[in-house]
Amino acid sequence: MQKIGVFVCWCGSNIAATVDVQAVSDALAKEPGVVFSTNYQYMCSQAGQDMIQDTIKEYGLTGVVVCSCSPRMHEATFRKTCEKAGLNPYMVEIANIREQCSWIHKDKETGTEKAIILGRAAIAKVHLNAPLTAGQSPVTKRALVIGGGIAGIQTALDIAEAGFPVDIVETKPTIGGKMTQIDKTFPTLDCAACILTPKMVDAAQNENINILSYSEVESVKGFVGNFTVTIRRKARYVDETKCTGCGLCTEKCPQKKVPNEFNLGLDNRRAIYIPFAQAVPKVATIDPNYCTMLKTGKCGVCSKVCTAGAIDYKQQDELIEREYGAIVAATGFNPISMDKFDEFAYSQSPDVVTSLEFERLMNAAGPTGGTLLRPSDGTHPHTLVFVQCVGSRCDGGEKGKPYCSKICCMYTAKHAMLTREKYPDTDVYVFYIDVRTPGKNFDEFYRRAVEEYGVHYIKGMVGKVVPENGKLKVQASDLLGGQQLHIDADMVVLAAAIEPDKSARPLATMLTASMDTNDFFTEAHPKLRPVESPTAGVFLSGACQGPKDIPDTVAQAGAAAAKVIGLLSKDQLTCNPCVANSNELMCNGCSACEKVCPYGAITYIDKDFRGPNRTTLRRRVAQVNPAVCQGCGACTVACPSGAMDLKGFSNAQIMAEVDAICK
Amino acid sequence: MQELIKAKAVELLENGVCDRVLGWKAGEFFYDVTPAVFRSREEIEKDFVFGPFCGANMSKYLIAESRKEGKIAAFLKPCDTYSFQQLQKEHRIRRENVYAVGVQCEGMCDIDAMKAAGIKGILGADGDGGTLTVHTLYGDKSVERKTVLAERCKCCKSKKLLGCDEIIGGQGEELESNRFAQVEKLEAMTPDERFAFWRGELSRCIRCNACRNVCPACSCEKCVFDNPASGVENKAAANSFEENLFHVIRAFHVAGRCTDCGECSRVCPQHIPLHLLNRKFIKDINELYGDYQAGADMDTRPPLVNFQTDDPEPSVVHERGSEQ
Repeated sequence: MQKIGVFVCWCGSNIAATVDVQAVSDALAKEPGVVFSTNYQYMCSQAGQDMIQDTIKEYGLTGVVVCSCSPRMHEATFRKTCEKAGLNPYMVEIANIREQCSWIHKDKETGTEKAIILGRAAIAKVHLNAPLTAGQSPVTKRALVIGGGIAGIQTALDIAEAGFPVDIVETKPTIGGKMTQIDKTFPTLDCAACILTPKMVDAAQNENINILSYSEVESVKGFVGNFTVTIRRKARYVDETKCTGCGLCTEKCPQKKVPNEFNLGLDNRRAIYIPFAQAVPKVATIDPNYCTMLKTGKCGVCSKVCTAGAIDYKQQDELIEREYGAIVAATGFNPISMDKFDEFAYSQSPDVVTSLEFERLMNAAGPTGGTLLRPSDGTHPHTLVFVQCVGSRCDGGEKGKPYCSKICCMYTAKHAMLTREKYPDTDVYVFYIDVRTPGKNFDEFYRRAVEEYGVHYIKGMVGKVVPENGKLKVQASDLLGGQQLHIDADMVVLAAAIEPDKSARPLATMLTASMDTNDFFTEAHPKLRPVESPTAGVFLSGACQGPKDIPDTVAQAGAAAAKVIGLLSKDQLTCNPCVANSNELMCNGCSACEKVCPYGAITYIDKDFRGPNRTTLRRRVAQVNPAVCQGCGACTVACPSGAMDLKGFSNAQIMAEVDAICK
Repeated sequence: MQELIKAKAVELLENGVCDRVLGWKAGEFFYDVTPAVFRSREEIEKDFVFGPFCGANMSKYLIAESRKEGKIAAFLKPCDTYSFQQLQKEHRIRRENVYAVGVQCEGMCDIDAMKAAGIKGILGADGDGGTLTVHTLYGDKSVERKTVLAERCKCCKSKKLLGCDEIIGGQGEELESNRFAQVEKLEAMTPDERFAFWRGELSRCIRCNACRNVCPACSCEKCVFDNPASGVENKAAANSFEENLFHVIRAFHVAGRCTDCGECSRVCPQHIPLHLLNRKFIKDINELYGDYQAGADMDTRPPLVNFQTDDPEPSVVHERGSEQ
């Protein structure tokens, strides 16, 4: 029989206001095995912890039940407390009478009743607890950053700066991400390329950083400190080590009609291409969908002109396997498709563009060389209409996204301002629901657009855009003026909502990291652990966690790096001792557990057992690698004969808790 | 058919392909056929039978037999071969120790159906086709096979022989089966009606464990009902409802692995339609995760031990469950 001490916490008035703590400790004192029961104002305080330690020594407690807040909050605290007093830390159980009781009940009587029941369940469990000892696992001192945009680059640079090797996996032929496509950045209006490309070069030159461009993560195995990642290096048909980036091949390639994704299809590139002048690595890539040689076997011009002999039409995808201690997801965002927003005539007129396309039209390296020209006829536009919240803050979510994309107010102010500055002969209208400018120097920036640059900000949404006689007839409502507006515009710019990159969801599945309904990665705690995913060893950087502008992204990237550095600077990690184990005498070897194990922790061996009449039976039985097992318990449910059990959460313990609750 | 199979059994033994043959042996009555292992031509010629009452699923016996030394030849009907493959997937049968002979099947008869048709004092039966000649104490009688078929054979899902080394009687096809019709009837009931139906059926259970012992999916080294540590082991039932839960727990344990061979209902001495519990699971799995037939192939993962990103969310399953 265990000797159990029960400690009921008031949590100030958090618990005590809705739960009669005295009644709880009195009721639980009568439970079998309970030799001591008390309540105290703040059990997690030094005085409270001292009380627990003194009681363990005085009463020779073998088990402790703390009725307090969620175990996520203070289980570790109380385990440490008891360990110091000589009790195995896994002999401690927490009954959550705050989040699951006092906070959700208003009536003190029902609250008290429930608290007693929860305490009783914890006591029932402690009766079956056994001391557990945590093992140690080593840490691979290398980090993987998935995504090579500004978030990934900054995280990698910061980790590398601390002396740890980092690999950046980028699916595109170059790192740089969305920021490379942006012309100027708010609120200071420096040119994006001028501040980004030095960082890209830094990343390329840093000896701790290894850039795997044109590559994708294929599979992830393992756990914090010991991930094994398979990376697919897609065939670029150019030997990266030989290519000098001279660009001769990209000039001579006869296949000229390939939509240039860097300029969002506003102009064309060749089948062999370097995405843009400052690409890192500056290596050509052959687009297999357009290359005549790869498709028909006839051409080979690039191979003939290449003086470095870098072209290799026979190159194959290569799978490489690497070990990492930590993984950072930095998969970024994309503007949503405008398919469902036909009212803005995006598919009907080339003069209706998205904001990112507008960036390219304003950029010196863009399709128009930096002169703002209408895509339809190359003439100078005089009236421009900017529409905000296209797909953002949509109710119902069928057409767009329920969230605010956060960056559109500021970049639209920037676009409007830049247009007016470069072309004072233009009329610029911005239609908005709200203008949201929380950020250092952001509101000042927006006010400058209105007050100094004379941009017409109109509260209201555009209802319809109709292309007619080379003009775009914009029908909109002015909510403040209470009137309908009809504007003949030359160009319409849509501030499309942003969404997480499509690669994020399959990646989250591989990482067993959780996502919200919009496919943004979920952080471990929205306030206190914003750059960690709930999966240990997986960290979040940039817009894959939620819409962010560049300053926020860089700040979060640095924070994620700090967490990675903290992890990699440890030599050993303490394992979770609450792992699965298989009772070999009952195991059928059916492989159900192996199939459901998300961590690959279960293997099978053929083992000899004693049979009846001195015979030997060879049977296939499951074995759990305790260093790999994360204690999720999936195998215990899948096992038909109940041979799999979870230490610390055995079937018997859980049933005892259920029985105690149902008593 | 019987002669073909007997000849094949002898041939396999004498050619050294196997050292044992798993087949059927006549019991006390003609319709009382039991599975048996034969080791010689003499044994086969004396006792081996194959007829309209050879319903037993032979795959279950291969779990133990395939672990013994030597090789055993087994005669498997189409539904047996589904279990045969499923058990291989679960690493329960050692395939290399088995020589599988697929035997085409025209459906097995139900003795109660035959008695109900007024045929009594049965001594034997002949005929492979649609018409059976039944020898009785009162002379020979002719009966249409389809009128005396077991329920499971009336809604046979497939005549396909899977994963056999050779086939007697020709390969068959998957059939359009209305096997979920009865489940649909149960689904149409109100929860109270359904509860009353199952209480009525299950209250007859005498807990003989025949259903578990014959079930190919119930092949655990140690069954939870025999394991005192499991908390659900055999014990004096506190009330009759607790006893009923045996079948519910068992249905959960075989969910996703049950091939719908119907052996549970065949062996039940109390005639409880136990296969309906399993069929409900099969129907639900088909509806939630797409059509899946346990044992139909050797490589797909059963949906209940597989995860796909487009799997229905628990809340969806819940909503569906509560609307009835």
